[in-house]
Amino acid sequence: MEEHFQHLYQALSQVDGYIYPNEIDLHWGLMIVLYPYITGLVAGAFILASLERVFHVKVLKPTYGIALLTALAFLAVATMPLVSHLQHPLRSYEIFMTPNSTSAMAIFGFVYLWYLMAVLLLEIWFDYRRDFVIWSKTSTGFKKIFYKLITLGINDTDEKSAKLDDRLGYFITVVGIPSAFLLHGYVGFIFGSIKANPWWSTVLMPIIFLFSAMVSGVALVMLIYMVVSWIRKVEIDMKCLDTIAKYLFYILLIDFVLESLDQIHRIYEAEESFDIIKVLVNGKLYITLVLMQWGIGTWIPLGVIGLFQFYKPSEKIKKAAYFIVGIFVLVGIFFMRWNIVIGGQLFSKSLSGFTTFTAVYSGMEGYLMAAVWLIIPLFILAFLLWLMPPWKKISYQE
Amino acid sequence: MGTKGINNRRKFFKASAAIIGGSIAMSIMKPFELMAQKKDESENIETDKLPLWGMGVDIERCVGCGKCAEACKIENDVPKEPFYFRTWVEQYTVKKDGEVKIESPNGGIGGLKQSVPDDDIFKSFMVPKLCNHCTNAPCVQACPVGATYISPEGVVLVDDSYCIGCSYCIQACPYGARFMNPFTKVADKCTFCYHRISDGLQPACVEVCPTDARIFGDLHDKKSDLVKFLQKNPTEVLKPHLNTKSRVFYNGLSSEVR
Ligand code: SF4
Ligand code: SF4
Repeated sequence: MEEHFQHLYQALSQVDGYIYPNEIDLHWGLMIVLYPYITGLVAGAFILASLERVFHVKVLKPTYGIALLTALAFLAVATMPLVSHLQHPLRSYEIFMTPNSTSAMAIFGFVYLWYLMAVLLLEIWFDYRRDFVIWSKTSTGFKKIFYKLITLGINDTDEKSAKLDDRLGYFITVVGIPSAFLLHGYVGFIFGSIKANPWWSTVLMPIIFLFSAMVSGVALVMLIYMVVSWIRKVEIDMKCLDTIAKYLFYILLIDFVLESLDQIHRIYEAEESFDIIKVLVNGKLYITLVLMQWGIGTWIPLGVIGLFQFYKPSEKIKKAAYFIVGIFVLVGIFFMRWNIVIGGQLFSKSLSGFTTFTAVYSGMEGYLMAAVWLIIPLFILAFLLWLMPPWKKISYQE
Repeated sequence: MGTKGINNRRKFFKASAAIIGGSIAMSIMKPFELMAQKKDESENIETDKLPLWGMGVDIERCVGCGKCAEACKIENDVPKEPFYFRTWVEQYTVKKDGEVKIESPNGGIGGLKQSVPDDDIFKSFMVPKLCNHCTNAPCVQACPVGATYISPEGVVLVDDSYCIGCSYCIQACPYGARFMNPFTKVADKCTFCYHRISDGLQPACVEVCPTDARIFGDLHDKKSDLVKFLQKNPTEVLKPHLNTKSRVFYNGLSSEVR
């Protein structure tokens, strides 16, 4: 407790202008930055997978399974930062027991569950069922038991049953796309619906969140595909990589246009809150917004992939460039979440002053914990890839 | 095996369809309810027979002694550190060059002192702040579990045993009236001293104010001091453009006040 107060006294000494006395304590920290970040990765990865499935984008085939499992691995931890940030985490089940129907946050719980249970798990199950049956006959030990159990006793492997799986899986994907949109659009709404905060309160927020989610998810799947190929020592399918990069380019462009639209709208209307937001963007957020989010996360990737549409370098250079671009995009989107969540709390709702954000290293809200929440899904993914490798599926051709 | 398997799968699919259907109903229908503010759940209680509490603040009378903020902390066990306030007093100083300086060191406890030299001052005034007990309370709208609610007498309260400590209400309040209590770990805010007013007493801040700058009363009672105050003075609420329909009314509110 003393430590917390020390921290607040320090923040108090750094206040610039006037802020309401209750605003010195920043209520949402790193964990709430991670929450939309991770959810966005899920939605984005899933949408990439769905593109392949629903629109029959054949070149993306090598990434389909990876994208689905990536979505699952990240979805598994998506609510953890949120729950761990609660002051009373043990009461979190109340969100499901007695949800307040006017609360965006309460509804998110249901959207999340729906997406996890009804969409992602079912889709993966239908996609793998036949392989589980086949694998259960050839493997031993834990894997065998797992495959046996997970088939839920439905053991037919003939063509007819495979067709049925495929049809049902397709149906779920079709339902899944709007669900993924809903999932992340809703996260945007949690911020966009707060009229008290002019930095958050914009009708474009859900759609900006959605596109930035797709950007991050696509970049993540691209990176994971490259890394997995290296580890498996197989050739990266350049056509596939180029196509993903092209998608990344267009979605990033739309995302950037939407965000610019939002900014231009603010600048042109120059409402009451504009003066303080201007100072915010040019001061406290300059590094994270202009440099990290726009520079590293948007302009460089757009420039590089854009260039590749005209100038065709060697495959080696291209791969390296895509890899770096992927990382840049992921960093950029992380800072986009940062700029919204932290940025929105740096200025006072009195519109008359600023506070500062000082992150801590240890503790539930610290950098270390944040790193943990980002690394755990990678382990889960590694486990999933080991347990159900998409490249060992009978329907998979490299 | 073929047909049996497919039958099994049908069963499985039916079961999942039921789960899916249920979830759809929950997740798809719910958002639509968001379109509107939730109806007051206490509607069927005969609210017109109950008082409707509100407060008037007379800016011209406030001298910035900070007694109200101090009394509130003592009465309601508000942590003494200067980051937690159920009520506080702001000092506004408009300088001759047009610059507006706002200050509220320790919420005004101990009395506010002018830091701008007399010669530079165009005008100066004090503004006591507290939860506005909004009729359309954004905090109530945002709380995911319904731990924040409006009592039948119009007082916005937090159920300590229910709040999960998500801070969403704090983000949603446009007035900075809420804080996360570091000891109870739940959202905390002005209750109009609900325990006192239920016993026919005045809120602590009103009781101690030496200049009667705060007027507490029943908005339903046409003879109450508050209703008379509203009749006599042109009053305004804070941030009216946000349509929170606040029940704290200010007399003498200058446009510099945020
Ligand atoms: S002033 Fe803030 S805490 Fe009070 S009712 Fe309004 S929104 Fe809620
Ligand atoms: S902090 Fe408590 S009262 Fe506030 S929104 Fe969360 S659960 Fe509701």
